[in-house]
Formats: sequence, C-alpha cells, structure tokens
Amino acid sequence: MSHQIGRRKFILYGSAALGTSLLLKACTTPPPESGTASTPGAGSSPATGASPVSNTTSGGGDTIKVGILHSLSGTMSISEKSVVDAEQLAIEEINAAGGVLGKQIEAVVEDGNSDWPTFAEKAKKLIDQDKVVTVFGCWTSASRKAVLPVFEQKKHMLWYPVQYEGQECSQNIFYTGAAPNQQIEPAVDWLLQNKGKEFFLVGSNYVFPKTANTIIKAQLAAKGGKTVGEDYIPLGNTEVAPIIAKIKKALPNGGVIFNTLNGDSNVAFFKGMQEAGLTPDKYPTMSVSVAEEEIKAIGKEYLVGHYAAWNYFQTVDTPANKKFVEAFKKKYGDDRVTNDPMEAAYIMVYLWKQAVEKAKTTDLEPVRKAAIGQTFDAPEGQVTLENNHHLSKFVRIGEVADDGLFKIVFETKTAVKPIPWNQFVADTKGFACDWSDPNKGGKYKV
Amino acid sequence: MGDEVLPKSRGMKPQQKRLLIEIAVVTAIALIVILFVPPMLVDLGQASRVNQLGRFLALAIVALGIDLIWGYTGLLSLGHGILFALGGYAIGMYLKLQIPPNASIQLPEFMSLYDVKELPGFWKPFYSFPFTLAAVVLLPTLLGGLLGYLVFRNRIKGVYFSILTQAATIVFFNFFNGQQGFFNGTNGLTDFKTINLGRWGTCIQSFYPSIKSWNINSWRLVVAPVCWISKEDINSEQTQFIFYTLTVLFLVAAYALCRWLTSGRFGRLLVAIRDDEPRVRFSGYNPTTFKVVVFAISAGLAGIAGALYTVQTGLISPKAMDIAFSIEMVIWVAVGGRASLSGAVLGAVLVNFAKSFLSEQFAATWLFFQGGLFLLVVLVLPDGLVGWLRSQPIQQIKTFIGIRPQVATYPRIEEDPEIQRERENLES
Amino acid sequence: MLEVLEVIFNGLSTGAVLLISSLGLAIVFGLMGVINLAHGELIMLGAYTTFLVQNVCKAFGSPWKESYIFFALILAFIVGAIAGLILERGVIRYLYGRPLETLLATWGVSLILQQFVRTVNWVLVIGIAIFCLLFFGGLWVLNRLPNFQQIRKWVITVMLPLSIGIAAVTGGFLSQTYKLAVTKPWFGAQGVAVTAPKWLFGGLNIGTLTLPYVRLFIIALTIACIIALYLFFQRTSWGLRIRAVTQNRSMSACLGIPTQKVDALTFALGSGLAGVAGVAISLLGSVAPNTGQNYIVNTFMVVVVGGVGKLVGSIVAALAIGTIDYIIASKALLPLVAASKPLTDLVEFFGSTDMAKVMVFALIIVFLQIKPGGLFPEKGRTVDA
Repeated sequence: MSHQIGRRKFILYGSAALGTSLLLKACTTPPPESGTASTPGAGSSPATGASPVSNTTSGGGDTIKVGILHSLSGTMSISEKSVVDAEQLAIEEINAAGGVLGKQIEAVVEDGNSDWPTFAEKAKKLIDQDKVVTVFGCWTSASRKAVLPVFEQKKHMLWYPVQYEGQECSQNIFYTGAAPNQQIEPAVDWLLQNKGKEFFLVGSNYVFPKTANTIIKAQLAAKGGKTVGEDYIPLGNTEVAPIIAKIKKALPNGGVIFNTLNGDSNVAFFKGMQEAGLTPDKYPTMSVSVAEEEIKAIGKEYLVGHYAAWNYFQTVDTPANKKFVEAFKKKYGDDRVTNDPMEAAYIMVYLWKQAVEKAKTTDLEPVRKAAIGQTFDAPEGQVTLENNHHLSKFVRIGEVADDGLFKIVFETKTAVKPIPWNQFVADTKGFACDWSDPNKGGKYKV
Repeated sequence: MGDEVLPKSRGMKPQQKRLLIEIAVVTAIALIVILFVPPMLVDLGQASRVNQLGRFLALAIVALGIDLIWGYTGLLSLGHGILFALGGYAIGMYLKLQIPPNASIQLPEFMSLYDVKELPGFWKPFYSFPFTLAAVVLLPTLLGGLLGYLVFRNRIKGVYFSILTQAATIVFFNFFNGQQGFFNGTNGLTDFKTINLGRWGTCIQSFYPSIKSWNINSWRLVVAPVCWISKEDINSEQTQFIFYTLTVLFLVAAYALCRWLTSGRFGRLLVAIRDDEPRVRFSGYNPTTFKVVVFAISAGLAGIAGALYTVQTGLISPKAMDIAFSIEMVIWVAVGGRASLSGAVLGAVLVNFAKSFLSEQFAATWLFFQGGLFLLVVLVLPDGLVGWLRSQPIQQIKTFIGIRPQVATYPRIEEDPEIQRERENLES
Repeated sequence: MLEVLEVIFNGLSTGAVLLISSLGLAIVFGLMGVINLAHGELIMLGAYTTFLVQNVCKAFGSPWKESYIFFALILAFIVGAIAGLILERGVIRYLYGRPLETLLATWGVSLILQQFVRTVNWVLVIGIAIFCLLFFGGLWVLNRLPNFQQIRKWVITVMLPLSIGIAAVTGGFLSQTYKLAVTKPWFGAQGVAVTAPKWLFGGLNIGTLTLPYVRLFIIALTIACIIALYLFFQRTSWGLRIRAVTQNRSMSACLGIPTQKVDALTFALGSGLAGVAGVAISLLGSVAPNTGQNYIVNTFMVVVVGGVGKLVGSIVAALAIGTIDYIIASKALLPLVAASKPLTDLVEFFGSTDMAKVMVFALIIVFLQIKPGGLFPEKGRTVDA
C-alpha cells in the first residue's frame, strides 16, 4: 500500500520537478560560451576533440607532450614493459640531442592494465585531457582494435610497434611492426625449402594466430606443403599435455611446428616439448612471438636449436644497432636484452620526430603527410615508411644459440615492402592501401 | 537511507515525508548530473571525464544489482560479469549488424577472418532493435533465473554459491573466447559505427541542429533520448551524450526499483533470508522463490548496465566475464557500504574514479594502492563509507583525539583502562 | 594398450599438478573455511623462490647446480609459510567467521603481491625494512611504558607517518646516490626462467610412449606431500589439535587447545604447501607475476568438488578433473565414437583446450546439482534446514 502511494507520488513529483526545471532552464538559456561552442557550419565534427589541430597547438609551452600507452600491469605487462623502456630511451636520446623543433619531449605514460576498455579510456584521456600530439602504444591486436575507433573519431595519431595479422590499414595509425608478408610468409618459404613439408600449427586462441594460420594454410596449399594439424591454447593457459599428444600423433616421425603462441603459454609449450622428447633436430619449431626477452623467460636450455622469424635480432650487425644495444644496456642494466618490438618502438619515435621536423609543426595533418616516405637508419637497416602507413622492413630468421641470443641463418638483402591486405585470404585478395592518394585510401581494388 | 524498517501503522506520516525528501534529493542529483556536470567538466578541460562518468554510472547500475543480492539477501555472486557481458554482447551484436548496404560483404567484418560465410542463425534476430532491447534485459534475467533456480533449489549457499558462480564465469569466458567466428574471441565486438533506430528517428529532425553543440544550454537535450536521428554516428558527442542521459535515467529507475523492492515486505524477507534462512523457511516461506526472483532482477540490472557501458565504451569483450571484474563489482559495493543503495552507487563511482586517477598518477605501481584500499576497507570500514558516515564519524574523531563522549552513568566503567582491556579481550 | 596408458598417465600428471596446487587450499579453505584468493600468489612466491635458489646454486657449481630443486622445495615451503603467517596474523585473524569479507581482503592481498614481485628492488626492500624496524620496533619498545594503552592511538598516529616518511626519504636518497644498482627491479614485469636440473630432462621410454621425468617427479612429490600430511594429521599432537579445532572450535578451546596458535599453524601449513606447489609448477610453466591467477579458480573447484574438509575428496576430485580435462581436450575418445557421426562432431567441437574447459566446468556445475556437498560430503546433522 504505502509504496504504491510512493510510486504515484514519485511520478507526480518527479515530473513536476522535471517540468519546472526544464522551464527554468528554457527561460534562462545563456548565450553559448566561447570555449566550448562549435561553429555551426562544422557539420559532422563535434566541438571537442574534432579540431585536433587547434587542440595540439594550444598545448604550447616549452615541451611537446606525447602519450605512451601500454600495459604496465596484467598479463600483457610481461611483454609491453620493455617496449615502454625502448620508447623512453628514444625520447631521452632525442631530448639529449636538443629535442624536436627546439622543444623537449615530455612523455605521458599510461597503464592499459591489459584491459581493452581501459585502453580505450586512456586513449581518450591522453587525447582530450593531456592534449598529446601523438601516441605510441598497444601490443595486442585486441588493444589496437579497442583504441582504433577513438583515434579515428578524433582524427588523432597512433604509432603501433608490434608485428600483427594485417587486414587493417587505418589513416590514423602508423604500423612499424611487420605485416604478415614481412615475417610469416618468408618464414614458411624458408621452412619449406630447408626443413620439411609437413606442418603442425600451434597458436594462442586469438586473432593473430588464427589469421596467421589461415595465411599459412593457404600458402602451404599453394606451394606443396601440408598442414597435418592445428591447435590453439587460450591466452595464459599453461597446460600443454593435450597439444603435445596431438603433435606426436600427427607427426610421429618428426616435422615442422609453426608456433604462434603468445606470452606465458610459450614457456609451458617449450618445456612440454622438451620433456616429451620433441627435439629441434626432428621437430624444428618456428616461432613468431619468441624474441630475446622471451628466451630469457623460458630458459635458453629449452630453446637452443629452434627458430624464430623477426625483422630484428640483437645480434644484427649494423653500426646503428651497436649504438642502440649499448645505449639500452647503459640505461637499463647489462643483463637486459633488446628485441624486435623494442626496436620497432625505438624507430617509431624517431620516425615521428623526423616527420615533425619535416612538417615544422606538431599539427596532426602535416605530420601525417610528412611521415610518409621518411627513411631512418634503424638498427635493423634502413627502413622507409611506405604510403600504406606500414614500414618496409628486413626479414630475418634466427636460430637460438647457446648464449640465449639468435644466430642469423637467413636475411633478405633489401627491405621487404609491406602488404597489409593479405593476398592469400580470399576476401582481401586484390586489395591494397595508399594514404598518399586521397582517391585510394585504406582499401581499394588494385 | 531508509534501510531501517519503520513500524507501519502510525508511522505513515514521517515515512511519507522521508520518501518525499528522498525523491526530491534523487531527482535533484539526477538533474544536476545530467544538466550541469557535463558542461562544467568540459569547461574545466576534462571532457573525457564525462564519458568516464557515464560509464561509471552504468557500472553503478550493476552495483545496485549486486547490493540487492549481496547486501540485502546475502548471496555473494562472483559471476555477475557474465550477465553484464551478455547485455553488452546483445547490444554489441545489434550494432555490429549496422552494416552499410553498399558494403561488399554483409557480415560483421571480423567473421571473414574466421571463414564464416553466412551469418550464424542466432545473430539474425539482432537486426531488430526492439528484439535487441528485450534481449538486453531478458537474456541475463532468464540466465540468472535459471542459474539461480538450479543452485538455490539444492540449497547451495554461502561460499559454495560464490564458487559456483565463479565456475560459471569460466564456462562463459572460455566459450566466448574460444568461439571466435561467432564473437570475435578476445578482441570482442568493437568498432561500432552507427546506430539505426528506423522509424524512431524521424521526429527529431527539427531538434537536431540545436543539440549539435556540446554546451548544454538547451533543455531539448532531455527530450533527445525519446526521439532519435536515424543512422546516427555512435561515437559523436551528441549520441554519446544521449547515452549519458539515458544512463542517469536508468540509474535513477534502478535505484527506485531497488528502493521499492527493499522497503516493503519483500525487502524484509530478503534481509530475513540473509540473517537466518532456516528460520524463514520454518515460518512457512519458501526462500528459494525469493532468492531466484531477486537474483533474476539483479541479473536484469546487470544486463542493462552492460548495454549502457558497451555503447559508451565502444567495446565489449570476454574480459568483462573475467573473474577479476566480477570481484571488482563486489568491491565497489563493499567500499560504498553493503545494504545501502546509495552506498552501492557511491562505491561504484568513487572506486572507479580512484582507480583511474591512481593509475594516471602512478602508472607503474597503482595496484599497490588498489590492493591496499580493499584491505583497508574490509579491515577498518567493514560497513563501507556510507556505513561509516552513519555511525557518527564526528563522534569517532572526537573519541580519537581524546575528547570523551558524555557519559550519563558509571563513568568508571567507560573510562577505566583495566575494564576496557577486559572488555576487548572478551569481545575478541 | 599403450594409448590407454598414455591417457592414464597424462590424466594422472595433469591431476597431480592440480592436486599439489590445491592441497594447501584444501587445508586453508577446507579445514579453516578461509577463502584465500591470494593462494595463487603464494604459489607464485614459491615459484620465484625456486628461481632465486636456482641462481644461487648455479653460482656454486656442479653438485649444487643439479640438486637445487631440493633446497628450493624446503625454502619455498618456508617462504610460503612465513608469508602465510604474516597474512594470517596481519589480516585474516580479524576476519574469522566472515568468509565473504576474507575473500575481498585476500583479493587485495593478491593484487599487492603481484605488484610487489613486479616492482621489488633494493630501494623498496630497504624502505620496507626501515619502516618495519621503526614502526613495529618503536611500538615494541613503547609497549613497556606503563600507560601504553592510553597513549596507543596517539603513538600510532605519530609513528605511522613518521616511519613512512623516514623510509621514503631514505629510499629516495638511496635511489639518487646509487641509481640503477638499487632501483633496478629484481624480477621485473617480464617472467623469469626456471630450468629443471639436467637429470629431470627427457623421459622414461616405454615403446613409443615417453613418461617425462619432470611429470614423474611431480607425481612423486604430490604423493610425498600427501603422505607427509597424513602422518602429520594422524600421528602428531599438533595434527590432532588441528583436527580437533576443525571439528569443534569452542569445545577444543574449553579443553585448553590454543586455538589461535592452531589457526596460525594451519594457515602457515597450507601456505607452505602452496609454496611447494610453486616449485612444481615452475618446472612446467612460466614464472611471472600473474602465474598464480592461472591456478586459483581450478584449485577452488577441486576443493569444492571433493567436498570441503576432506583431503581424500580433494585427491579424488583433482585426479578426476585432470583426467576428464585431458581426455576431452586431446580428443582421446575419438576412436571410440568413430561409428557415430553426431558423437564424433561433439568430440571434435569440445576437442580444444578452451572448449574442454567449458565442458569440464559445465560438468562440475551439473555434478554439484546432484551432489551439492561434493564427492565426500561432511557427515552429521546440522541445523541447516
């Protein structure tokens, strides 16, 4: 009884209150304030964040703010922490050499907490609150996909340093890691020539391994190899006994294992391989997510003789690399190692700096335009930022040596051009990406 | 507020008065949050906080649901993330089906990555907006009801119930993670573009220009949620503001619902179940029914919260079904104060803001503070913030700095350290 | 035949890992009713201890290098037990009888422990040491004052910020002077590598079947732990006291059993076992700050399915869950159902690690529908209607 009255009263009083306040508001409508009003003709662009150019220049001051957005906690911190280290090293070096446009760079570091909504939230915060002029960040495809709408909507700029599955070409992202044709495809070719025709595919259960394996299967079918089985482990899972049993059943006499596992599962997987007697001479394993850092975490005893495909190894013999490794060890300690994503993170900071210097401003559109075609004498060799916002890169295959580093057994003579839209996948066959030409854009039919 | 149950007969007047006051306060707060807070934050250069606040208010809705089952009924669910995510996925699937008619493939773009050629059957109903809205509420409600029925029928309770809900989390988490062709695995549903409300959209055309600008000086905004421009860009500021408004309105509605549920006889029964279930049973009630109903309602609230959260975050992924997230939900309620509705709302908003501020300030070490906060709340403020505010904090502070409370009789007993110590010993 | 043996062995070894990681919890949760969500982090501490012991022993050369695992077992037990003791005395003893709040508090502890191994460096350790020395040492000294009870609150209000301040300043000073040497994290966010000793590499070959030594070692370790626990509970006076307190706390207290001490001891024992489990899992998987999170839910399931308070239940449950999980994930049933198409499809559908988990946990929920008390429910009448 009593609450029925309450409800009726609620509606009555509520609507009364709402009505009065609406009236009041309507009567006392103040003129639009200058700071927040948008120009009426602006059409689709809302007031805040839509005019990033004015946002960024108004940042002013003696420093230029850039954002760094990686997971410092949670599962992914295992990998992403060292990428942050590399980015901070690059920024420190640039600052020591006088900064950009005569200003020092100030990095705003945010923790994505291995949680995709948090990534999106922090991206918004970096852009709107801190008014950074660009963001370096993300590792997993999931985190990139989570922030992508934010960067597209705010027409901002993200630099992404990790090898990934392709099938994406955003105007608002620069990809400095490898596209599949710069890592996976050459690795499969090399294995077919040198190691065998029968492949077992092992991967973590998410988009990169799945796409990678789709590509590998198509490639093997086209080139005379054979996929004898594939299996996936959830991210973070460490029970590998079923997968090892499946490999032994599918490849009783040895064969090639193509490993796209990510993170912790690699540790369990290689330990499991070793204890089950799957040695590299009979079961050579090609990994695309195991670099120097991971070797340290797995234990080199389990890995010696296995292979990995990357664009950069710590053992690459170039003067730029010598300098990079030395500077890194000096800043973070002698026992630290460098790896491919770290190198990609390091060069993307420099590429951005060059683009800013060419554009003579930190405004987004000029920088975006200026970035295309930038070349940089990177630790891996001379790389160029292509007009599809990806980087041309050298492809290398390394064998894990006794010292826990890689012995390079194969490398391309020149940098390989990136192909973001995969030509082995039916849906994207025949498509390409070109941001230097406004008529072509992110995905056009060749 | 109003958790004590007053005797009914003569107390009508003061009770009514209190209810009126409460309604006035809630309405005022809601209006302030809708009309004044966003422009204020924008003026302070904190525009991204508006979106944050909107999302946290959506989380407050699920906190209310948790409070209902945990604070009032004593059922600690560690699986509300599932129900939350189901609501999110329902709306996410609808949004993913907003494919422009000229697109080369009429499928959500991730499906082609996994060789899905045809839209799976269970996606198809989500073309319809009314169906989606119904699914957002009903899907979690039904699942919650079913799960609740199975569990409570067997009189599984306390810790066992919590652990069972955890097991359910694992089931759903792995299912959504593993079935990538259907749900895009870890990435979840993201990159929503437009929201299309068909016939709903036509009436707003004339209002539209006036809600373009962000500064909220037009009352028409309040009308906006009812009428909608069709094919609206979901990430635009005005659409987001509509979601923000909707969130606040839903929160008020959820608050009213919970308040109504917990104040009457139903509420007293819930508390009775929490405090002594066998006795309720012996008195002739069937606690199972009540528990199932309240669990289903709480699940429905979680679903609504999930949908509102998803449209404002632009993303729903299996991470929302992670155990960590479900435990966090409980912690919001614990911090705010269990068995207090305002506490649940306050807790959700405060803890989340604290989390984001801390992680901004101490990007590398903020987990220390978060962990410490939980410890502190449980050990020092067992009744949460609202509980502490209720227990006369001023008196406590006074006692702490040495001003003793006025004692009418037996001052020796109150002050003698020997007796105090004995009493402490006895109590522990 | 060999295939059946392989399934049995792999199921057994999966079960053994589950069992050893849930033994500690079976004691803490089963006997004491404490929901310890930081159990996984205690396992992780054990794993990191193994890493440290391994590095120290490596420095000593040959005989030590190969036998570090035994020292690691002992040390991991001690580390786990001490951490558990601190946890019990510092937090959990205030929360007895409020299981749901224990759950929240231990969740906080688990966050802190994860972040601790991520950031721990000399500065942090020295800072904490100075703080403890000043604060608790100070309290201990002042405790002798006759009017301590009256000034206690004042003392704490003054001492707490003071000691934190001094610790922080010292830490800041140290990191300024010695830089990288003291601010470098010991472990970092990246995982660390634990390599099994040489004699655990490889396996025992029976025909085409390989029984890895590491797995055999873990099975042996699990059996040893169970036997030790059995002897402890049945043959020692403290074991008797623990059992008595579990069965009837107030009666035990009346009979002069120091229940507080018993609580602390039980908790330390459970935590120590978690540490030992850490050694075992470091041989199989990764050692990283979030290692413990991978195990926590599984261990709770084992205890609940087994029946709370029954070690025997946990043993059966762990082996059953392990075997079923392995059979589903490895599609071992495929030859049996080859005749029927729908069954084959079913086995294929659930034949991955993900879906096996879905299946196993769904089965657990169904099982608890039938036997809500677990495999071995507590006997006896309660007022629970």
